[in-house]
Amino acid sequence: MATKLGPTPVKSPASGGAPTHHGPKGVGEDNKILSQGKWAAWLLAPTVIALGIVIVYPIISAIMMSFQKDAGLDPATGLFTAGGPAGIQNYVNWIAQQCSAPGGGTLACPPGTLGAQFWSATATTFFFTIVTVTLETVLGFWMAMIMARTFKGRSLVRAAVLVPWAIPTAVTAKLWLFIFAFEGIANKLFNTSILWTGSEWPAKWAVIIADVWKTTPFMALLILAGLQMIPAEVYEAAKVDGATAWQRFRMITLPLVKPALMVAVLFRTLDALRMFDLPYILTGGANNTTTLSILVINQIRQGFNAAAALSTITFVIIFLVAFIFVRFLGANVVEQSGATGKGKK
Amino acid sequence: MSTATAASTLRAEQDKGRRASQNREKWVQSRTYISAAVILTWCLAPAYWMVVTAFRDVGFTYDTSLLPTHVTLDNFNTAFDTSFGNRFGQALLNSVFIGVVVTAVSLLIGVFAAYALARLNFRFKYLVLGFILGASMFPGVALITPLFQLFTNIGWIGTYQALIIPNISFVLPLTVYTMTSFFREMPWELEESARVDGCTQGQAFRKVIMPLAAPAIFTTAILAFISSWNEFLIASQLSSDKTQPVTVAIASFAGAQPNQIPYTAIMAAGTIVTVPLVILVLVFQRKIVAGLTAGAVK
Repeated sequence: MATKLGPTPVKSPASGGAPTHHGPKGVGEDNKILSQGKWAAWLLAPTVIALGIVIVYPIISAIMMSFQKDAGLDPATGLFTAGGPAGIQNYVNWIAQQCSAPGGGTLACPPGTLGAQFWSATATTFFFTIVTVTLETVLGFWMAMIMARTFKGRSLVRAAVLVPWAIPTAVTAKLWLFIFAFEGIANKLFNTSILWTGSEWPAKWAVIIADVWKTTPFMALLILAGLQMIPAEVYEAAKVDGATAWQRFRMITLPLVKPALMVAVLFRTLDALRMFDLPYILTGGANNTTTLSILVINQIRQGFNAAAALSTITFVIIFLVAFIFVRFLGANVVEQSGATGKGKK
Repeated sequence: MSTATAASTLRAEQDKGRRASQNREKWVQSRTYISAAVILTWCLAPAYWMVVTAFRDVGFTYDTSLLPTHVTLDNFNTAFDTSFGNRFGQALLNSVFIGVVVTAVSLLIGVFAAYALARLNFRFKYLVLGFILGASMFPGVALITPLFQLFTNIGWIGTYQALIIPNISFVLPLTVYTMTSFFREMPWELEESARVDGCTQGQAFRKVIMPLAAPAIFTTAILAFISSWNEFLIASQLSSDKTQPVTVAIASFAGAQPNQIPYTAIMAAGTIVTVPLVILVLVFQRKIVAGLTAGAVK
């Protein structure tokens, strides 16, 4: 914050009388100039309040719900059980994969029920995340390197990569479902007869391929933006010094593009961890493609409070991953987003 | 004599070197074109397949010839046909309505926040920015459970506000975030000059900055609209037949036979949903890319 304040002259805070305007509009009428802090507070208030209502309130409410029992018919006794405080029972049930048993206790959930799927859904979510983000990073980096070169038709390529990004995920899922249909084009082109959505690994790969197709462009564009920040002189100097292409890539490109790359990887990772639309529509979560988000959605109609516990667990997992990224891998999102005083150089 | 020989040898060497490097250039260049062709194919082929299928007669759904065959417009009629319980036309209107409201509200609220974050110095700026960024990364499923219960209790399931309000939760952070980056790039000196000329800060903002900011705001609006248009998770749970957006309509598109997916009609619906967006995105390509990558670099 050592940077000098903007051109806005800062006078003493408007004294007396609460400011009656919410934006700059009212300011034109009276000539008082609010201090920047007060200004900022007024300008930010609508956003912060709106986000408070649509995000903070649901989170708190979800956490409170997660400590409540689900009211409903006890599957074992057929009697109606009231809700009431559950302590951490909902969490324990998910993590230990316990379901309520006749007589009030718990026992291991029978296979196939939602309660038995927590760890497999977690594993699936992480598997999808690791594989898709890795593929997207490698492919995206390669695409960005190509798009950073000068050649005829470069703008065409840059436009083309926006096409998968602009197609809604729901449409993407249906499109790839069709491509991967048994009599579809994928089997035809590769001369295979795989029932893509019929068994575990083909189904998983179908989801991964569709996801990579859809989101690699975003990655490539972020990395491209990072590449374009590297001054050409650096490469020239390295060339003069006799650095090989590989050395230039390793010693110049990678370290200089790393901040942008880390942010791109962080964004994609957090996005992949909440993956829902694609597997939900493409495979319906069958064949071990149920992600944590799908599990939450499937649980909602069987009990709000258990679903709330699971969504809180999902939230905590995503939060932890984000924390690890920012803390240990140096993805400095806030600073990268450049809120450093002024954007002007 | 000997110097001449040496000179000519040197020249020959240089020529050879130049030719070699020219060859290498050519090789690099052609490799670039091959790579570019691969990228183009990878990105466009599936989208192309969607459009080709959309125009293909339903009897030839699984025709795998790569060029358009059995061209017909029937599928577009089928897409809008409501006799199998599909409400695609209604869903289109719903999506436009929800998208416009969400975009308008987010921009209206977000523009002030973005201005503050880009222009003003105040305490807790990083905290606010971190909060907004965190909000944009927030998993939708963490919202859905309490909202589902709340909206069930107050009878909002199947209303437009039940879809609009949660959509704002992820469109608004995106809006603020993108506009903040745009605003930091603008020539604010002009504002200063306006103030020197006697404008108040409010007037300077309204008369000088707003017109300049219009392209940035427009781009942000496109990004906001797209992200609302693409939303599926919340809508799949909180919408009814009457309020469902296109994503939900397409995901649950039914055909004449329950066990047969009407792919050609779905691809036609997908094409209708996608093509306007793709055109919009391609027209404003530069701005969109700037908006998408805003914040990740610089």
